[in-house]
Parts: sequence; structure tokens; C-alpha cells
Amino acid sequence: MSGHHGHGHDHHHHDNHFTDMEARVKALETVLTEKGLIDPAAIDAIVETYETKVGPRNGARVVARAWSDPEFADWLKRDATAAIASLGFTGRQGEHMRAVFNTPDTHNLVVCTLCSCYPWSVLGLPPIWYKAPPYRSRAIIDPRGVLAEFGLELPAGKKIRVWDSTAELRYLVVPERPDGTEGFNEEQLADLVTRDSMIGAGVALSPEAAR
Amino acid sequence: MNGPHDLGGQHGLGPIAPEKDEPYFHAEWEKRALGVTLSCGAFGAWTIDESRHARECLPPATYLSASYYEIWTRALEILLKRHGFVTQAELDAGHMLEIGTEPKRVLKAEMVAGVLARGGPCDRPVEAPPRFAAGDRVRTKNFNPETHTRLPRYARAKMGVVEAVQGSFVFPDDNAHGKGENPQWVYTVVFDGGEIWGEGADPMLTVSIDAWESYLERV
Repeated sequence: MSGHHGHGHDHHHHDNHFTDMEARVKALETVLTEKGLIDPAAIDAIVETYETKVGPRNGARVVARAWSDPEFADWLKRDATAAIASLGFTGRQGEHMRAVFNTPDTHNLVVCTLCSCYPWSVLGLPPIWYKAPPYRSRAIIDPRGVLAEFGLELPAGKKIRVWDSTAELRYLVVPERPDGTEGFNEEQLADLVTRDSMIGAGVALSPEAAR
Repeated sequence: MNGPHDLGGQHGLGPIAPEKDEPYFHAEWEKRALGVTLSCGAFGAWTIDESRHARECLPPATYLSASYYEIWTRALEILLKRHGFVTQAELDAGHMLEIGTEPKRVLKAEMVAGVLARGGPCDRPVEAPPRFAAGDRVRTKNFNPETHTRLPRYARAKMGVVEAVQGSFVFPDDNAHGKGENPQWVYTVVFDGGEIWGEGADPMLTVSIDAWESYLERV
């Protein structure tokens, strides 16, 4: 163990958190590995999964399919877990999925005020802002203000529904299909579906914006 | 518990500050923290509810100033000590000093794909039919337990409407404390923004929570 990071410091400056945490996690991993309780290669495999295999491209494919295939969209509404599983996306933090559809009348926004519940199977690991106190505190009381910080100004007459993920259901927002995408195939449509649009913190890109 | 985690409606916590093209990890230790946390979850020694409760029991000043991977790591240390897998002396030394608890299972690299793909479903059958149906008007319970609950403070003693019966699930308020899974029906309950936030609430806002049956009373 390198000594200079030290233990037992009680730093109160954010700047020091990183080096403190580096030492702390290193100590934890070393102890657990020496005890045979964890396999460092398993950690590599977990990280690789969420860096390369399980991410928002999964959700974008679900949305693109729903935009292209009304029967799939209907299935997604009735039984999101099964519909999403049919595209091969299952597992941790996606066991009990619900899809909520934006309409011309209503914009949906998802938050977890109590922790960081997020649909990993379709969106991968949550971004920092989703897990941090500012979003968790304000999305539920001032969603319009929050959306404005993402550059999204909702029309005053548009209803906003905020879904607080307080149980084990995980929510995927299906954004509205952008205009000018007639004739697009699923691959082209998926390119318009951003991670934020599937949380409700944005809308899908227009074909011009995606270019 | 009315802990630092129950953030809905608090003010003064700063801008959202979304980061453009945010990387999955901001430091190598975050990768290890994710992997270690998931690997230790595979021991089968504690539930997701107990781990959530360990996180919300961190001192408020720590909780509010820490990144989420730091919260996970600090709570994991507590769980590992509580269940006898490691000691504080070992964490301080950065090395193994004694034999601890045997886990039910150690997550090996070749098991990772299967374990992540299976996840950990929390739905469980219950014999009683659901007490509420879509369209029913309900009032949420008013209580302030010092123990784990998933009914946020902002949504206590509020009038709402059941929108959907979502199935029956492990009851976290019991399960977090080793009192068994005791599954209950879960409902999506919708509230008008004005019912929750009162004067000045966005008139176009509705808010929903997913509520276990015992959080709800018929009105």
C-alpha cells in the first residue's frame, strides 16, 4: 500500500476526495482479493459489460422499434419487460420495466428521489447528475426549471408527469418521434434517440441536429 | 428514515450541471468501486434493501458531499464489517489479517455475464387479492419511521389516485432489517402537483410514486 495517500485523514475538501477514494477502494479490493472473496477479473468483466455492451444504445433500439412497429409499441405499453427482452435486453436493474410514452399533451420525466434507481438494462450506468442531490431534489418539484437547464423549454400548456422510482419498477421514456423521419429505418431512428430523451431530460434529435 | 437521501423537494442544492459527452467513469477507482460493490452483492449476505439502508444511514454531511460511488463504497465497508467479512483493522492495514465469514458464493469472471443478465427480480406472489384498483382514491400514510422506508417524506399524508396495480413485490421496509420479504401489492399512485407542493405548484404537474399497499388508506 502506498503510504502517502494515508488513512484516517478527515479531509473536507472535494479536491482530496479522489485520492482518498483511490486509496480506500484499493485497500478494499486488496483485502477482499487476499481473502478470496472477490475475483479482480470479475470486476474487469463487470466494467467491460457497462463500458461496451450495456448502454443507452439498447434503449435507443427499443424506442426505434416502437416508432417503427405499432404492434411492438403496443406490447411495450402492456408488458415492457417482455417486449424489451425480445430484443435481448434483460437483467440487473431492468427486471421490472415500464415504458411511458410522451405525447403532444404530456411530457414524462423520471427521477429517483431516494437513491439512484435507473433502468440499467436499457440505459446502462446512470450519469452523475441523475444520482446527485440537485436533480433528485428538484426534478419532482420544479421539472420545468430542471428541463430548462438541459436546454429544453416545454410549452406552458404541456402537462408534465414526473415518475419517482420508489419501488423496483424501472422506467423508460419513449420520446415523440421527430418530424421529417418518414422512411427512416430503425438504425437511422435509433441515432436520434439520446440517453437524456429516454429519461425525459431531453427530446429526440431532429434529423438535422443528428447530422 | 428521514435521512439525507430523501431529497425530493429540497432547495439550495445547486445546478444540475449535466456534463456533455460524460464518460461512464471519471476515475479508475470508480470502475473498481462498481465491480467490488456488485461482486460483494453476489455473496448473498445482504439484500438490496439492506444496502440501500446502509447508504442512507451515512452521516448527512458525508452523504451530501460524496459522489455516488463514494456513497456505495462507504456503505459497502459498513456491510462487510457488519456481516463479518472484513474488519476495520484490515481496511486500515489494506491487507487481510484474519479469516472472516464464508460467503454463499464468490463471483468469478466466468459467472459475470450470467449473473448480470439474470439480475435480481423482486416480484413475489401474494395470496390476497389487491385491495385497490385503478381509479381508487387513496391517502398515503403519515409516519416517520427511523427505519428504512420507500415512501418519501413529500408524499406522506397526501391524497392521490391509483393509476395501476403493478404486481406484488418484496416489502423493503421489512426486508432491509432482516424481517423477511413479506411481499405486498405495489401501486402507481398519482398526485396533483398542488396536493404535494401547495401554493405556487406548477398547475400542469402530476407526480407519481410506486407505493406498497401498506402505505395506502382508502378514502
